[in-house]
Amino acid sequence: MAPLMNLVRLRGFPILQQLHLEERMLRTSSSNWCIINDGTTSPTVVMGLSGKVPELVEAKSVLRDHIPVIRRFTGGGTVIVDQGTIFVTLICNKDDVSDVQPFPRPIMSWSGQLYDQVFKGLADFHLRENDYVFGDRKFGGNAQSITKHRWVHHTSFLWDYEVKNMSYLKLPAKAPKYRLTRDHTDFVCSMKEYLPRSEFVERTIKAIGAQFSVKSINLESTEIPSSSQFVHTTRLLTEQELLDACTIQT
Amino acid sequence: MACRQFWASRAASYLRVSLFNRTFSAVIKDLKYCDSHEWVKVDGKSATIGITDHAQDHLGDVVYVELPEVGKGVTQGESFGAVESVKATSDINSPVSGKVVEVNEELNSSPGLVNSSPYKDGWIIKVEVSDSGELNNLMDSEQYSKFCEEEDSKH
Repeated sequence: MAPLMNLVRLRGFPILQQLHLEERMLRTSSSNWCIINDGTTSPTVVMGLSGKVPELVEAKSVLRDHIPVIRRFTGGGTVIVDQGTIFVTLICNKDDVSDVQPFPRPIMSWSGQLYDQVFKGLADFHLRENDYVFGDRKFGGNAQSITKHRWVHHTSFLWDYEVKNMSYLKLPAKAPKYRLTRDHTDFVCSMKEYLPRSEFVERTIKAIGAQFSVKSINLESTEIPSSSQFVHTTRLLTEQELLDACTIQT
Repeated sequence: MACRQFWASRAASYLRVSLFNRTFSAVIKDLKYCDSHEWVKVDGKSATIGITDHAQDHLGDVVYVELPEVGKGVTQGESFGAVESVKATSDINSPVSGKVVEVNEELNSSPGLVNSSPYKDGWIIKVEVSDSGELNNLMDSEQYSKFCEEEDSKH
């Protein structure tokens, strides 16, 4: 019998709250969870756990334009997310995906196979290094967190994006080889060229349904402890931290 | 290939290191191991902890180590820190219970030591052990080698 996957569908949910929810689900729940958040609220920069603001973010611009900067609990790089971003998160017990070793590369490969099914017949989809690409253009960025018995794999999908928002991000020192020397606009692409938003979500749920028994749950019914009872790793950076980064950058 | 394996076995024997054929991950004979792939070297009440060669090989290049504060309590089987590699943060779990007395500050500037020297320069924390009896819950090097082979063969 296929293991149960609880599906929580959100729309316009703030990304900080989503990441906090994911951390609590990873650490306090023993169920499998899929969160699909169709667009977040206003533009937000989200860095990985070890991200350093002076290296990754145009600090002066984010301060000037009041763009929040978050450091999340998973690894990986820096993204700017907004209403055009679709988030898909999978939180699994390792024993419910027992043919996947609970290490970064096997989990990444498993996710690539899942999304192969989502985009089958629609686009030239690949998992390339650790990104989801159409051809050689990135449309989805991935990150993970792995605990003793569970792991989370989450993706921010560029259904659409604003070119001007990319200017809040610096060109990272460490980039995938396939990027070559391309700047943001030549490196990324948007999913809207390929399929409607709703079709992407439905195809994703169907692909997950091939491996799990999917049950839709309202956020209010999740029985996950409230924020106040949990110390999160994910946090919003303070104005002082951004000012300190400005000083380093000038 | 046979010649390489012969010399690898000779070197392993000299260094008191075990190799298992499939992956050539090293296992040190005098250490204890847990099933989440951490090792512990116990010397009286003092323990040094790190992650195994099998773990570092499967994690990929470590780019960051989140270290605990000195003085923090650790519990056998529970997380005390994390490593970041590829796009993942992975918990590091303590093989013993006790109190952190030292952390390897070198890992702040050289996280890759966890990959290049997992049993020596890549040590992560030192702990004052509170319950030596808990060591009976851990695997010795032979049991750990077998555990790793079984895990890898399932996938």
